[in-house]
Amino acid sequence: MKRRDFFKTSVSAGMAAGAALSLGGYDKLWATVPPMAKYDMVAVMGGSPDAMFDIGIQELGGIGTFVKKGQKVLIKPNIGWDVLPELAANTNPLLVKRIIEHCFKAGAREVYVFDHTCDNWVNCYKSSGIEKAAKSAGAKVVPGNSESYYHEIQIPGGIKLQSAKVHQLLLETDVFINVPVLKNHESARMTACLKNSMGLVWDRGYWHSNDLNQCIADYALYEKKPALNVIDCYNVMVKNGPQGVSKEDVVMMKSQILTADWVAGDAAAAKMLNVPVEKIEYIPIAHKMGLGNMNLESLNIKRIKM
Amino acid sequence: MRSHFLRRFRIAFSTVVYICFFLVFVDFRYIIPADYINLLTITQFVPSVIKFYNLEILLTATFVLVLLLTLVSGRTYCSFFCPLGIGQDLFSRIGGVLRKKFRRYGYKKPHIILRYSLLALTLVSTMIWGIYFLSILDPFSIYGRFMTFFIKPVVIELNNMLAGVLGKFDIYTLSNVPEKPFKLAAYSIPAAFFVLIGTLSLTKGRLYCNIVCPVGTLLGLVSKISIFRINFNESECTRCGRCALRCKSSCIDFLKYDVDVSRCVDCFNCINACQDKALSYGLVKFKKKEHKTDESRRKVVAGSLLLLLGLSQKSYGQDKPVPKPKKDSTVKETRNWPVCPPGSISLEHFSKNCTACSLCITACPNQVLQPAVKEYGFSGMMQPVMNYHKSFCTYNCTICNEVCPTGALSPLVLDAKKLTQLGKVNFIKDNCIVKTEKTACGACSESCPTKAVYMIPYEGNLLIPEVNTDICIGCGHCEYACPTVPYKAIFVDGNPVHLTAKKPVNKESGIKSPVEFPF
Repeated sequence: MKRRDFFKTSVSAGMAAGAALSLGGYDKLWATVPPMAKYDMVAVMGGSPDAMFDIGIQELGGIGTFVKKGQKVLIKPNIGWDVLPELAANTNPLLVKRIIEHCFKAGAREVYVFDHTCDNWVNCYKSSGIEKAAKSAGAKVVPGNSESYYHEIQIPGGIKLQSAKVHQLLLETDVFINVPVLKNHESARMTACLKNSMGLVWDRGYWHSNDLNQCIADYALYEKKPALNVIDCYNVMVKNGPQGVSKEDVVMMKSQILTADWVAGDAAAAKMLNVPVEKIEYIPIAHKMGLGNMNLESLNIKRIKM
Repeated sequence: MRSHFLRRFRIAFSTVVYICFFLVFVDFRYIIPADYINLLTITQFVPSVIKFYNLEILLTATFVLVLLLTLVSGRTYCSFFCPLGIGQDLFSRIGGVLRKKFRRYGYKKPHIILRYSLLALTLVSTMIWGIYFLSILDPFSIYGRFMTFFIKPVVIELNNMLAGVLGKFDIYTLSNVPEKPFKLAAYSIPAAFFVLIGTLSLTKGRLYCNIVCPVGTLLGLVSKISIFRINFNESECTRCGRCALRCKSSCIDFLKYDVDVSRCVDCFNCINACQDKALSYGLVKFKKKEHKTDESRRKVVAGSLLLLLGLSQKSYGQDKPVPKPKKDSTVKETRNWPVCPPGSISLEHFSKNCTACSLCITACPNQVLQPAVKEYGFSGMMQPVMNYHKSFCTYNCTICNEVCPTGALSPLVLDAKKLTQLGKVNFIKDNCIVKTEKTACGACSESCPTKAVYMIPYEGNLLIPEVNTDICIGCGHCEYACPTVPYKAIFVDGNPVHLTAKKPVNKESGIKSPVEFPF
């Protein structure tokens, strides 16, 4: 950077900062830069999914921290299974709806919702209640059932996964909000933030046959990372995951974890499920690769009980 | 009755019926409820006979109504209710347009020996060997196969093109429908019949119905004593022959003032054609030509057929390249039985009663039902078989057995279907990624709706699948999800007689709702 450019940038940054200060105060200025946000993570307990989000996002500086006016937003819940909301195999529809409402309030131009489902997609979208909830909030619910929607991307630095086909929405939108539901997972042991990315890609079979844990971590290298992760721990499937057999698999935990760091989010989620984090291999791998911080002690966590 | 209204009524009625059948078979978004589909298919003669034979419920005996209708009105069924017949009328019309003037048929002698031998052959073979010959010739099933094999893929291709364009404008009301291609050999019989019936109807009207179709021949016999039919008023007739030229069945011998009622399909074209008002439809009056049709424009016909076949193959597409694990699996899956659809009761019951109309294949939202090539043996060709390499059976779905018009698939309530064991899961450890690659997988276990496939500790932190065949329902989701090639590490072997699986036992976890954050 030339000296002149440096001055120019500093001056304009200063002007922007000043303007922001005069308009919205000190907090908001810092909140616009997520890594410098007040908290690394906000955990909420004791409310309904939508009410917990209202409080949690407020602590992170409001959705405006992540979504700017005129932006296109992708919300990626887990809609993998053709089961009813109370069996908690899919993200809570109330939560999805509330996040969409917040996005529109922040001036989002368009909000999209999709998942590459495991069961028949039409049934999943319907049974999960997410299609209805998302449409009622004004979002566009987009299919992810056909390879034609997916485009090849490169993941430089991936150890097992160097390329993948991701849904076009991920490429076309400005902001990606990851909204997984916390579940036990019989093969990966747990599914939350990182594992939810398997619903963004077309060729999951490749991951399964080429070191699943490494592939999950490798994918997190891809440049289009979630601006925010909202982990739905309202109803939590504690066994027989990720699909569940009956309501006996579900424990009501009435919690929610919000964080920009998906590795940290997964580490906290593991605590919720009471699984040692090193057992969920992709978390330590992602941590070592520098994709996030799984040491919760070193994080500034805001805990709220409603 | 000599009204022009008759023909118009026939055209309007048959158009509505045809559109309904068309929509049912191309409904790739699965919008039409099973009840409506049943209302439509219940009109079909052969499926109704088989269903009645199976269930012995009077309500299913709609074929009796068809026979009564024929007794009263002649072969109106062939013009009003048979989708294959109506489809041929459409083709004949196109054939006429291709020649730039209206089709000239003219009287032809009936192919009595051929016709009745084929009917006899169908009846005898069905009684002795079962349904196989009948299913090849049943007009409804032929129509169903045309639609499923050739037309639906074209419709889906059009949808996908449109969905692609709309997607560019951020509109997702139409979605891309990925197709699962059938095996090429399964197309052989439908393609042969498409060429045969297509050519005959383009050039010779209802010739197929009056030679090959067993239903047409049978109803033709009944209509010989029908109460209403086409009558000649000899005093009015000037022997102009216009009626014969317009007769799709080539059954009006105006020189003898005679209509061959066994071939007449009551299309009423002749009434409209007659300028002397000498022809009428009415109560039977007891009481006769020759013309050659022109050569067909074979190139046009062959060309358009080829185009259609090509298009359907294009949209059914090719098998997608599956990303491969490093090592090929080594142990071949040993299948003793094919998996037949839910509601089949047993392989025997199923193969005896299925006419391969393909309605279930087209209705299956997961496209797991595929026409068999040799899975059921030669006689079961085109009957639907569960193909778990292509897809799996959705846990919450009973649509195939709801729509089956013959009762080959008997209706199951959802709860019963969820416990119907179509086959049993088999695990081949030597093919499994966890053993061969020493990395985590578990795709099978996560797909299993009953946890008949679950994970147990293996080396180190690894988990490996184990199976419990008692609660397995044979849905095939595990087999579909298993990433190994060329052989799967987990597969479903069919039950020759469907069994009832045990209900999965599930206990509370003992984990309590947290009151404090555990971090």
